[in-house]
Amino acid sequence: MCLAIPGKIVELLHEDRDTAVIDVLGVRRRIDLGLLADDPPVTGDWVLIHVGFAMSKISEVDALDQLRMLTELGEQESAMEEVQGYGLGGP
Amino acid sequence: MRFVDEFRQPELITRTADEIRRLAGPDRHYRFMEVCGGHTHAIYRFGLMDLLPPNIELVHGPGCPVCVLPMGRIDDGLSIAEDPNVIFAAFGDMMRVPGTHGSPLEYKARGMDVRIVYSPSDALKLARNNPDKHVMFFAIGFETTAPSTALTLMRAKAEGLPNFSVFCNHVTIIPAIRAILDSPDMRIDAFIGPGHVSTVIGCRPYGWIASDAGKPIAVSGFEPLDVLQSIVMLLRQLKDGKAIVENNYKRVVPWEGNRAALKAIGEVFEIRPYFEWRGLGFISQSALRLKESYAQWDAEKRFSVPGIRVTDPKAAQCGEVLKGVLKPAQCKLFAKECTPEHPIGALMVSSEGSCAAYYSYAMRKSPELVQMSSV
Repeated sequence: MCLAIPGKIVELLHEDRDTAVIDVLGVRRRIDLGLLADDPPVTGDWVLIHVGFAMSKISEVDALDQLRMLTELGEQESAMEEVQGYGLGGP
Repeated sequence: MRFVDEFRQPELITRTADEIRRLAGPDRHYRFMEVCGGHTHAIYRFGLMDLLPPNIELVHGPGCPVCVLPMGRIDDGLSIAEDPNVIFAAFGDMMRVPGTHGSPLEYKARGMDVRIVYSPSDALKLARNNPDKHVMFFAIGFETTAPSTALTLMRAKAEGLPNFSVFCNHVTIIPAIRAILDSPDMRIDAFIGPGHVSTVIGCRPYGWIASDAGKPIAVSGFEPLDVLQSIVMLLRQLKDGKAIVENNYKRVVPWEGNRAALKAIGEVFEIRPYFEWRGLGFISQSALRLKESYAQWDAEKRFSVPGIRVTDPKAAQCGEVLKGVLKPAQCKLFAKECTPEHPIGALMVSSEGSCAAYYSYAMRKSPELVQMSSV
């Protein structure tokens, strides 16, 4: 649970400014940006995601490192299961 | 057993491990606690103890939210799930954690409506999609997770959603560290500070650990090099007779934390006078509950909750392992009655629990031994 998942913001939703579509290894899901209200990310930014909420902005290099580390930790599968489950499994 | 050249940046890892050996003179024993379960998982997964000299001992801390939750709270939450009108929603981590009469998954098998959600906002979505049912979200987690529950509750309130509530088990890390430092049977020389909790609370709340308790602390990332560098920082501080808070995870952790997240916590939650932790007992001001202004969404107020207190199974020594008094393999049930497939205690359920982390490390290192001991 402590291991955050890096994702790239591919779309900011106009109808709800607190929601963005992110891409994690090709899986696209909606996440909540409400916790980054003080410094909102833009399309193309990378964020660390925890339980469906963006927790912090990170650099692309750090995001790719984090993805590699999740794989090394044997956590990639459960991380992808988590991402796929966001939004009750729908995009 | 991992070999150093399997790591990324092997030369840097070797150099850091050499530096650790140089700094940790053989004349004393060091006990460093990694507070966060994510670090415990990483330490075992990467076999980092194998890179440390024998006089550096890593003690696993209380930072696994599933592990520190006493069984009575699980029983209380599940008692609400027995109401046929209730959908019990929780993270996957919770699903196999045993309560007195079974885990949430076993309750589901018995016909109760138990659902896995990956985000508190999905529990809210469940409530919107099932207006004739009541959705109760069983919330667990430290300060990393509490802001997401808080924002979800703020949205429920803004919508006036009547069929949603939260059974709040959010805990806070600082009082747990204080309890560990106050405990007479624990001697910790320094702390590897949690990574993602610190993205929310920042580094300032750890100040007293250095200034009052005189213990060095380094907030750390989860990479092998992060953890080893944090150990170097702690050893240098001890060598220089210093105790300060160092941020060794600057790429993610701002010194001041995340103000929007702290604001959400402050809007929704207040501190409980005390809360029971598995292994550590009752710790004052160590957990969060919903404020009166959110009473309508507070499962503990909406439902009659029995307030069950259960002692852990006698043979299981989860408490001692949680406090770092025993190593996982020293528990009488480890790899015998208690395995990741059939966990008796919560520390064997979550991958961040020290027993599950140690079990999978030991299986990789010498499967014959683990299998023999489980016969």
